[in-house]
Amino acid sequence: MHATAADRIQPSTTYLICAAAWAIPGAGHLWLGRRQKGLTFLIALILMFLSGLWLEGRLFPFEPSQPLVALAAFADVGIGIPFFIAKAMHAGAGRVVAITYEYGNAFMMVAGLLNMLVVLDAFDIAQGRK
Amino acid sequence: MAFFSLLVSVVFATLTRDDPREQVRFGARLFAAFVGAGIIAGWVLYPLPF
Repeated sequence: MHATAADRIQPSTTYLICAAAWAIPGAGHLWLGRRQKGLTFLIALILMFLSGLWLEGRLFPFEPSQPLVALAAFADVGIGIPFFIAKAMHAGAGRVVAITYEYGNAFMMVAGLLNMLVVLDAFDIAQGRK
Repeated sequence: MAFFSLLVSVVFATLTRDDPREQVRFGARLFAAFVGAGIIAGWVLYPLPF
């Protein structure tokens, strides 16, 4: 059944699905008809990202002069649109002296990295590999 | 830590298993492993002075 569905997907659509999957966690799976997986990713990853904000973690800026900060920013941006919404709302400034600061960072970075895995999974499904 | 483990377990189980019952079983095992490893690591590091 999955291979048949994948046969109908054009290569350009595959990349659109990946872009949607990155922008909104779970959107790629929802697009491909994997409703249960899509909704699970949507809820779990957004909840993880919001928990990181609530724990006063920081959304790191892209600073090439500081490679570790740039890598953290790369992980953060993996969550997609929620990252930019949080930035626009001036959330995720981070409070270094907060006892939960590092926990918040871990939540947000791992949410972004997990969403990257979700994008790869959506790509595999669209290619008919799963 | 438990909440973090729960969310990561849910995502990994959903990602790697297709059958919902398999997802629950694998997710529960993963969650138990995360929490167990956290507790063991905590006790192993407990005697260290820094």
